[in-house]
Amino acid sequence: MDYFNETIDLLHKKLADKEITAESLTKDTLQNINDKEAKLNAYVTVNDQATEDAKKVDEKGIEGRLSGIPVAIKDNILTKGVLTTASSKILSNFMPIYDATVTEKLKNAGAINVGKTNLDEFAMGSSTETSYYGTSHNAWDYTKVPGGSSGGSAAAVASGDVIAALGTDTGGSIRQPASFNGIFGIKPTYGRVSRWGVIAFASSLDQVGVMSKRVEDSAEVLTTIAGHDVHDSTSSEKEVPDYRANLNKDMHGVKIAVPKEFWHEGTDPEVLKTVDEAIETYKKLGATVEEVSLPSLKHAVEVYYVIASSEASSNLQRYDGVRYGFRAKDVKNIKELFVNSRSEGFGDEVKRRIMLGTFTLSAGAYDAYFKKAAQVRTIFINELKAVLDKYDLIAGPVTTSTAFGIGEKIDDPLAMYMNDILTIPANLAGLPAASVPAGTVNGLPVGLQLMANSFDEQAIFNAAYALQEENKFYEQIPTALKEED
Amino acid sequence: MISKEEVLHVAELANLKLKDNEVDGFVSQLDDIVTMASQLSTVDTEGVEPTYHMSDTTTVFRADEGKHTQTREELLENVPEVQDNLIKVPSIVDKEDGE
Repeated sequence: MDYFNETIDLLHKKLADKEITAESLTKDTLQNINDKEAKLNAYVTVNDQATEDAKKVDEKGIEGRLSGIPVAIKDNILTKGVLTTASSKILSNFMPIYDATVTEKLKNAGAINVGKTNLDEFAMGSSTETSYYGTSHNAWDYTKVPGGSSGGSAAAVASGDVIAALGTDTGGSIRQPASFNGIFGIKPTYGRVSRWGVIAFASSLDQVGVMSKRVEDSAEVLTTIAGHDVHDSTSSEKEVPDYRANLNKDMHGVKIAVPKEFWHEGTDPEVLKTVDEAIETYKKLGATVEEVSLPSLKHAVEVYYVIASSEASSNLQRYDGVRYGFRAKDVKNIKELFVNSRSEGFGDEVKRRIMLGTFTLSAGAYDAYFKKAAQVRTIFINELKAVLDKYDLIAGPVTTSTAFGIGEKIDDPLAMYMNDILTIPANLAGLPAASVPAGTVNGLPVGLQLMANSFDEQAIFNAAYALQEENKFYEQIPTALKEED
Repeated sequence: MISKEEVLHVAELANLKLKDNEVDGFVSQLDDIVTMASQLSTVDTEGVEPTYHMSDTTTVFRADEGKHTQTREELLENVPEVQDNLIKVPSIVDKEDGE
């Protein structure tokens, strides 16, 4: 059982017509996951209770469209009674006693959590290589990274393990792995989805989103998980539209801006060519495309790493070995318990960011770094807003290259950070953004990035759907998997 | 831009202890990153309001009423060491070699 030729629509029909049961579907899904795990390492935990959960759905009867459908959940999203580690040693024994709001919403809709997907430790990274549980592999080429931080979710969807998976995106953590794996991935507007029960990295940037092969399936899942939550005062009270029901691939009259700075000389020309072709498709379909400028893009990485690390250093203070998580042994006092638990429990990348953030928030550096970055953020937000006042969408590449080799950049943090330059803008401004499969270069997928105005996820879904119906990228089977058959 | 002393000081503030053979690596990596971040100083931000958060600035109110969420037992489930239904930690005041 794999999900290459499936949609939620098709699966729902089979379940509703009792052609298959949720139990059998879940069993087959788990079997398929276990068969591939040795090569992909997409999961931190495969959920043993999933078959039991599916049985209960069968007993209750198939109701909504997600009822009985297996999904995967990134391992920084709390799942009651299922280990949640954020791919960190410091949470390697953490068993949540409550569900994240997004988990609860999926469960209420009858979806089955089949497993917790691998990520860079605390979502800090662009390759899953910083995971305490080892790197995940790209389904198109096992020697390449799947991207990150939601690399496990991306590999799981691309390899046909599941129809959809939840990810989180702080600086590109859904879109970059979606691009590297040839799937669709959307980071919604800041505040569209509750962050309650999502392990915090950078609270002004974090957002939960969805990854799937088909646009319509992400639209379905986002409609289910979005909405206001009393537990998260930053979640919006704006009504959630039915993104799937509203899908409309008519591109006539849609105005697309392409920022010239996205066509940077540092970006692989073949990637740019693929993106250009996708943009040509939009012109052919009736959209108008115009070049714009985002002069402050060159400072985006600087702004992002100062702000994200500052917020992370604050958020990660809670890990001290006292109330939950890893506790260091043989300590002689409480201070040593804190220091040793943290020093043994966190990996190098997390330590680096905590230290960077502690530095940028410290008395002597606060104005020059943290406040300054927050001011430049304002300038950049205004540039993006000015463009989106006139255009429906901003389009460009997601990444500067296709998936890079495992081990290629892990020793050079700065090179790793520069990867994020094209995805960071949406997080800094809280805008919705997605990666849509556009083609391949030398056998590796390339995504087109689409950004829209706040709370206009529909514009992204529509344009993504239009491109999908033209290029039918979802019909392609990842190369590495194909070679095994 | 950032010295070894600063890195060690920052690590201490962050409750982290670096191994001797790790220190130089962290110093040079953090120096690279801080040098990159220093390019922010070239941007004119005179009179620009900083963006510290993304939410609406309105205060959210809720009724002040008690609600039962988790039980004591549940809240203690993840605690590494429990004694008499309490969280156990090493001594707070160091008796032997207190400073």
